[in-house]
Amino acid sequence: MPSHDVLVIGAGLAGQRAALAAAEQGVSVGIISKVHPVRSHSNAAQGGINAALNPNDSWESHAFDTVKGSDYLGDQDAIEVMAREAPEEILHMEHLGVTFHRNEEGKLGTRAFGGASAARTYYVADITGQAIMHVLYEQLMKYSEDVARYEEWFCTALAMDENGECCGVVTRNVADGSMELFQAKSVILACGGNGQVWKPTTNALICTGDGIAMAYRVGAKLMDMEMIQYHPTTLAGKGFLITEGARGEGAHLLNANGERFMEKYAPNKMELASRDVVSRAEQTEINEGRGFPDGTVALDITVVPKKRVHEALREIVLVGRDFAGVDITREPIHIKPGNHYTMGGVKTDIDGRTDIPGLYAAGETACVSVHGGNRLGANSLLDTLIFGKRSGFDAAARAKRMEASRPSRKVLEDEETMIGNVMSREKGSGRRVSEIKLELGQTMDAKVAVFRDEAGIQEALETVRRLKEEAATAYIDDHGSIFNQDLLGAIELGYMLDNAECTCIGAIERKESRGAQYRTDFPERNDEEWLKHIDLELSDDGPQISYSEVTITQWEPEERKY
Amino acid sequence: MAEYTIKVRRFQPESGEGPYWEEFGVELDPSLSVLDSLLQAKDRDDGSLAVRCSCRAAICGSCGMKINGQSGLGCKTQIGEAQERADKVASASGEKVENAPIVIEPMGNMPVIKDLVTDMESTHWTKIRRVTPWLLPHGEAPEREYIVEPESMIDITQSMACIQCGACVSSCLSMEADPDFIGPAALAKAYRFVGDPRDAETVERLHDLANDPHGIYDCTHCFSCVDACPKDVAPMDQIMRLRRRAGEEGVEDPNSGHDHEMAFVKIIEKKGTLDESLLLQESFAPGLKGKLKPTKRAIKEMLGSLPTAFRGIKTGKMRSLPKLIPGVHHKLPGNSQAEVQAIYKHAEEHNEEFNLYIKGDEGELAEIEAEEAREEATNG
Repeated sequence: MPSHDVLVIGAGLAGQRAALAAAEQGVSVGIISKVHPVRSHSNAAQGGINAALNPNDSWESHAFDTVKGSDYLGDQDAIEVMAREAPEEILHMEHLGVTFHRNEEGKLGTRAFGGASAARTYYVADITGQAIMHVLYEQLMKYSEDVARYEEWFCTALAMDENGECCGVVTRNVADGSMELFQAKSVILACGGNGQVWKPTTNALICTGDGIAMAYRVGAKLMDMEMIQYHPTTLAGKGFLITEGARGEGAHLLNANGERFMEKYAPNKMELASRDVVSRAEQTEINEGRGFPDGTVALDITVVPKKRVHEALREIVLVGRDFAGVDITREPIHIKPGNHYTMGGVKTDIDGRTDIPGLYAAGETACVSVHGGNRLGANSLLDTLIFGKRSGFDAAARAKRMEASRPSRKVLEDEETMIGNVMSREKGSGRRVSEIKLELGQTMDAKVAVFRDEAGIQEALETVRRLKEEAATAYIDDHGSIFNQDLLGAIELGYMLDNAECTCIGAIERKESRGAQYRTDFPERNDEEWLKHIDLELSDDGPQISYSEVTITQWEPEERKY
Repeated sequence: MAEYTIKVRRFQPESGEGPYWEEFGVELDPSLSVLDSLLQAKDRDDGSLAVRCSCRAAICGSCGMKINGQSGLGCKTQIGEAQERADKVASASGEKVENAPIVIEPMGNMPVIKDLVTDMESTHWTKIRRVTPWLLPHGEAPEREYIVEPESMIDITQSMACIQCGACVSSCLSMEADPDFIGPAALAKAYRFVGDPRDAETVERLHDLANDPHGIYDCTHCFSCVDACPKDVAPMDQIMRLRRRAGEEGVEDPNSGHDHEMAFVKIIEKKGTLDESLLLQESFAPGLKGKLKPTKRAIKEMLGSLPTAFRGIKTGKMRSLPKLIPGVHHKLPGNSQAEVQAIYKHAEEHNEEFNLYIKGDEGELAEIEAEEAREEATNG
């Protein structure tokens, strides 16, 4: 049985940072990823990473902007930790080799971003996530003796010991289909978000909520699952992301009449209001008939100097050219709000600890919560690094003070049986997995998106529950061992359906409008009743609801204006 | 919506059969991608069709493949364009063909695991690790950030833009001839550190890459990697930069590649056109701009090159013997030679390297500059 003190599942930014932090403590570390680490979705974060590093800026200002952006649902102790530790972490990344943009003095330079009261976003052109992640992978290669990499291994379940502590994970080696039970003293889930539950989405095909579902299935609490961010600028149909950096560089949003409509919704911050505000504004323009016939509004980047576009927004010049056939330096590009980010996730404290001893979560999988009802642009990369690091340290500290407990082989046998069942279904025994995924995605995008109401979410929940039954008989074509992606897709569908069910339950429960949750039947924020987190826990009847307090340190809730 | 036929080179390792071709009919908008067509075939017809993919937006680098023989990313190649290309290839023999199948194969220069999934670990990643792919600064890190020229970060961001998709490796002709060639992706990665002012082992890296017989001088300038790269990294350009830096740092080149390159530059400067009679001598014992000092090694290399030279004369690729006598080379008419020298002077005075990644192609750059000049004129 392969064994490590700390086992990290997922090798995006949070996972790689956690693995490096744990290895620094001198414990044995393994990192497992269902794709090669550099394929992880942290790549897609274009715009940058926030930190109050400039002497004229302050961590309090960064923290306040984040609290306000979260619509006061973020936990302020966690937000303070993130904002305080941000500058040191940025410098650490710079020292490791990230090629951050420099100003004329050769020092780190910034750009403006949404919802921020200062230009505090550090960046590498518009490939910031990719640049940081590749540098972390360089470090993993450098420290290959300290961190064992299991690249293209897929996790199917967490292993628990008789005391209810997490002690390992069941995996399938994608290359040859062999099953393996890994033993670990601490397990860190860093598997990203669940964007694939929606269609279209900016998220990669791998973002199927694996970590959230695996934690939920062993009894960990999930939190804020109703909070799903729709990004204001995605390409219609395909869901590709146009970075917020475009608006940071000065691009305008226009409706079909050529009006800069943000004047009506956020007269001060205009296009740089927080994402929930901008997405709602766009959707209102579209719903009220001022959008284009393809259900979009326009992002006008031609107002940004051409040279600056080529220097700072190179990636989206390519995205426009290759995926929309538009030269963004010459004409506006049609965009709409699209599914983008999972603010909710596995409930953790500021050291990444979940309710289950030995189980940690970090990055988009986790809900600390620093993003609350709405995440600010360029805070997600920061979240992955800060809480990846903290999880790694704490997981290593835990491992150092305890003996390993041996996971029972039963969990492995159960998983082998589950896979055997999926493989044994004959063609025509039920629906195709791909059909179910499509119906799920379209339903969620129609009913649990920018504007929601009880009837719609209820309808979505019923569909999800029907799809769960259908998934139990869905068949696959590939019955082989080597690189059986068909099988992995069927397991991912199960993860996605658990995520979807929890989001629907949370969205029905929260009878108010806050951050990304906008209920047309409850259009106001209601601090009296709903300034609290909705926690969900698995029971025989599905997700069981409970509540937890929002931690408030120094910023009392007030009306949010941009 | 349009109908297409994709013809996929399949390999099912557990079937006991060799690779085979299979055609799938797909229906999608021409602006969608070749990857979308594969996913449609996988979703509708055969879930066992294996292809690595994730982001669908040319950022994760999973879906490297050959489309109509050209290496690239499946998600970044529009199916409509792939159809045009397939028709063009099929019509090459004369008769015009329409709706030819779009041919999709796994990447080259790598073992195939299953269908379009290749073994990148044994080829690509092993070579990436070969170039010591992490920053090696000396001493303690500064309290704040390293202060560096802004341009230097922009410069290496071009090679940082590499997504490790392997398309350049797949297309590399040198690697086809020498499987041990470190290759375009790993060498582009090497430049990312050589060009980084924070790295303290530049010279050691250059020595290492120059002395490896499969290193920077193994590239044959074929441009395949530049064409294949979906992210404009232009790996060959990065290799040329490594060579130039090696030359500048006085790293001895076992193939005299740097001197050979300089020989061309110097001969043209002096004669206006290439005088082959001087090429060998200049490459191995530079004398035009200094005292002729043939080394033992130079003489050996020169003698070794003679058969190639004679073959060139025999096949007409090189001029006949009498014209090869030094000094017989013709001179440029009128003041053309002065014009050539003026070009050299201009180049030396404007010692600026175009970074195409940041500044766009030269046309774009000229356009931006013209626009800025106009704006300045209006404002001023």
